[in-house]
Amino acid sequence: MAQPLAKKDDDRDDEAEYSPFTGIEKGAVLQEARVFNDPQLDPRRCSQVITKLLYLLNQGETFTKVEATEVFFAVTKLFQSKDIGLRRMVYLIIKELSPSADEVIIVTSSLMKDMNSKSDMYRANAIRVLCRITDGTLLTQIERYLKQAIVDKNPVVASAALVSGIHLLQTNPEIVKRWSNEVQEAVQSRAALVQFHALALLHQIRQNDRLAVSKLVTSLTRGTVRSPLAQCLLIRYTSQVIRESGQNTQTGERPFYDFLESCLRHKAEMVIFEAARAITELSGVTSRELTPAITVLQLFLSSSKPVLRFAAVRTLNKVAMTHPMAVTNCNIDMESLISDQNRSIATLAITTLLKTGNESSVDRLMKQITNFMSDIADEFKIVVVEAIRSLCLKFPLKYRTLMNFLSNILREEGGFEYKKAIVDSIVILIRDIPDAKESGLFHLCEFIEDCEFTYLSSQILHFLGNEGPKTSDPSKYIRYIYNRVILENATVRANAVSTLAKFGAVVDSLKPRIFVLLRRCLFDSDDEVRDRATLYLNTLGGDGSVGETDKDVKDFLFGSLDVPLANLETSLKNYEPSEEPFDIDAVPKEVKSQPLAEKKAPGKKPTGLDAPPIVPTSTIDAYEKLLSSIPEFSGFGQLFKSSAPVELTEPETEYSVNVVKHIYDENVVFQFNCTNTIPEQLLENVTVLMDATEAEEFSEVASKPLRSLPYDSPGQTFVAFEKPVGSPAVGKFSNMLKFIVKEVDTSTGEAEEDGVEDEYQLEDLEVVHADYMLKVGVSNFRNAWESMGPDNERVDEYGLGVRESLAEAVNAVINILGLQPCEGTEVVPSNSRSHSCLLSGVYIGNVKVLVRLSFGIDGPKQVAMKLAVRSEDQAVSDAIHEIIASG
Amino acid sequence: MEICPLIKNILLLDSEGKHVAVKYYSDDWPTNSAKLAFEKSVFTKTSKTNARTEAEITMIDNYIIVYKCTEDLYFYVTGGDDENELILASVLQGFFDAVALLLRDNVSKIAALESLDLIFCCIDEIVDRGIILETEASVIAGKVASNGLESASSLTEQTITQALATAREHLARSLLK
Repeated sequence: MAQPLAKKDDDRDDEAEYSPFTGIEKGAVLQEARVFNDPQLDPRRCSQVITKLLYLLNQGETFTKVEATEVFFAVTKLFQSKDIGLRRMVYLIIKELSPSADEVIIVTSSLMKDMNSKSDMYRANAIRVLCRITDGTLLTQIERYLKQAIVDKNPVVASAALVSGIHLLQTNPEIVKRWSNEVQEAVQSRAALVQFHALALLHQIRQNDRLAVSKLVTSLTRGTVRSPLAQCLLIRYTSQVIRESGQNTQTGERPFYDFLESCLRHKAEMVIFEAARAITELSGVTSRELTPAITVLQLFLSSSKPVLRFAAVRTLNKVAMTHPMAVTNCNIDMESLISDQNRSIATLAITTLLKTGNESSVDRLMKQITNFMSDIADEFKIVVVEAIRSLCLKFPLKYRTLMNFLSNILREEGGFEYKKAIVDSIVILIRDIPDAKESGLFHLCEFIEDCEFTYLSSQILHFLGNEGPKTSDPSKYIRYIYNRVILENATVRANAVSTLAKFGAVVDSLKPRIFVLLRRCLFDSDDEVRDRATLYLNTLGGDGSVGETDKDVKDFLFGSLDVPLANLETSLKNYEPSEEPFDIDAVPKEVKSQPLAEKKAPGKKPTGLDAPPIVPTSTIDAYEKLLSSIPEFSGFGQLFKSSAPVELTEPETEYSVNVVKHIYDENVVFQFNCTNTIPEQLLENVTVLMDATEAEEFSEVASKPLRSLPYDSPGQTFVAFEKPVGSPAVGKFSNMLKFIVKEVDTSTGEAEEDGVEDEYQLEDLEVVHADYMLKVGVSNFRNAWESMGPDNERVDEYGLGVRESLAEAVNAVINILGLQPCEGTEVVPSNSRSHSCLLSGVYIGNVKVLVRLSFGIDGPKQVAMKLAVRSEDQAVSDAIHEIIASG
Repeated sequence: MEICPLIKNILLLDSEGKHVAVKYYSDDWPTNSAKLAFEKSVFTKTSKTNARTEAEITMIDNYIIVYKCTEDLYFYVTGGDDENELILASVLQGFFDAVALLLRDNVSKIAALESLDLIFCCIDEIVDRGIILETEASVIAGKVASNGLESASSLTEQTITQALATAREHLARSLLK
């Protein structure tokens, strides 16, 4: 043992000897910085100290405000030295210290002097530093120099000014925009990088002017741009112009396509690749357009440079998602990449092959992958598993090979995310390929025999409880489930008990044996396990007493929870223990709009073992509290739904008004949220006069004026209407804001005594069918659909006429119906010709509604739709069709 | 897509994954610990691969990272996930070759630490707040060296073109091995 220890010490000694920064310490370096104040400056020494300071900052050390200020002031002294190297370090440290505005003033004159120096290096660097630390006021002083610098004959100076311009455009756009002429001149520069920077700045100056960008692209694509980087920029701008102009499908000609294609023959690989990628990303790209791009990417696949191979295979991978056929030509090259040293490249190659492969190549491919899986990291494996899942759905006949593969890798070592991906995949395959069910369930059973993840065990047990009893021989699963009761932790045990109960409920022949097992669970050490066992024994009638009816039991065990979990959670938190039992029917069912974070990641929906979306309920609670506190409305009963606010005024007008529609069984209450944006006015007695001549079924019953509406503090006024019970009455209201206006003296804030009556026209408001529909999701649409039964099903087909796109048509229908899209089916993959969408909700009168929509689109963008509705009431099914027929 | 190519960071790490010189141009890693965590995951993922001759590439958390290494120095350039990989590679190549020129082919940790001022200036001349300033190694090295310290004089003795030739020759030799 002594030997290696001694060696280690040696190593350490070596390091200490060699590194110039060993034992460096902030306090000491700050002391050293005092040399900056010496009357006789030693440039070499000063440079070293600055390097040390930069080293400290680079290691993550931070200076306090005082320390930074002290260093900064000391550094400003160094402008006295004429040493070039030292000046260079001074520029660097000033940028790192990012001084405050009052500190900037101290170096401004020194830097401005450098900007006018004879040395180009001084000028370029001084421009960069000054633009970095300056604010708008100083900028006007140096603007003249910057404009000159842009067209300076030295490329370093020009680039420095242009790049600074790009940054300044963010903070001082109006100043930088004045430099257009100079920048335009710089675009013609012979220096490659100047051209690149000038083009970048010119485009950013004009980016909001589509026509100007289009002109810029037109003129430059004809001329010659020398710099490869600038050429890449031009390709990006060109694709942007193509995207915005929209293509002319009739003639098949796409503007600028020829330019992109010509770039494929550029001498710089960077440009070739940029162009190839741009072509593959064109919206609605045809295979004829794709071919030349795919050809150059294919060449890149056999390059000796990993970066090129990676770039090519990554792009082809994306193409394979939309145009698998176009990529098949590259399959041979791609297969040789499976053994690529770079595992990222290998993984991308495999997943691309999985997307483009045909049925006959699956077996061969799987063999190659099996060898490959053992030496890649989990994150790559997950990607492969997901690709295999979609392959299996594409070729259901190959399920045996693929399911075997999944079960094999399930048995191997792996982290939670990886195992979860595999389990999710198997679950999806079981759901979608009936033949795969028995073998899939068996693999899952094997897996939970030795599964270290409580979450996965629980999910599988739950799934097994739903699917297992429906198989040909349910009894063979019992052993696996009961083993969990013996061997696992409390959470898994409790889940196993529930799963056992589900088998007992469905399979009569197993019932007596299940009772024996459940009774054993009564002696479990955990409360939850015992409670569940007792509960199930009672509901199933295992304790000798008469059980509840069969249907009730099954509903209880298998029925989905029809209230959003978050709502249930808040209701339970608000519930105070009392004589009155907790009523689950009182939990609001409205699904609130998703939080922003979820919207940003639409691709990351739970796909396998799905959970209902979790949503906040705060606003509806707030509405309910607000309305029930108003005596006029307290008799309206339970609030059914509150709409999102609808704006009734243009933005930035004198008064801003929006309205929320509250729907009750017999009433509708309109809540007008008003804001007064004029400081010189106080509004009093504010009401909204609603004219219901175009809404015949409604009659006004009450109105609650707003007593006073001072400047910039929002207030509400309400109007209530009566409508036929439970009926989805629709109509249009025209609205007038009426009030008494009083002048306010802004200096004292006091209003005058006398006011003038005035009114203000608001936009019309409509009550539509969607207002009577609650967005309520279901966690498993298929189960819900089947349990609803075909009794009240109504099916019909509709032509929707010419639509912009399939996605647009789907969204329009969802909005008209006001239903909640389920299982992510509201997302339409680009380029698809048909789409199915699943919707669910609750109609006024608490009637559950499920809707299946099938869309198809043909060449001239004619959209046809099949609408199938199931609900608890035939009349409601008809009403849904009525909405579409009239809309 | 980001319309203008942007560099997220440039890293120069030693053979233990520790900082020699790093520069971040993006707010994606707001704290020092976020930066260190990123560097750690980058280094663990890349340190075992051989990126001596050709630049290698990988993806971590939706960032593209191109890298190159010598005995005890690791060069990284990071970009967003829709960045043109070859543009990032050209920045890396410029960085790597410029450092080789400045250190006169002795691309080692010790040499880098001893000329850390040149390394800092070098990074400063390649990227300005995320925007590529220059990718041509000889130009970068020229800009740094012409106002560098005492090494400037010695580097001018051995002119830039000569140095570049040496570097090329060196590269050719290593390819032939």
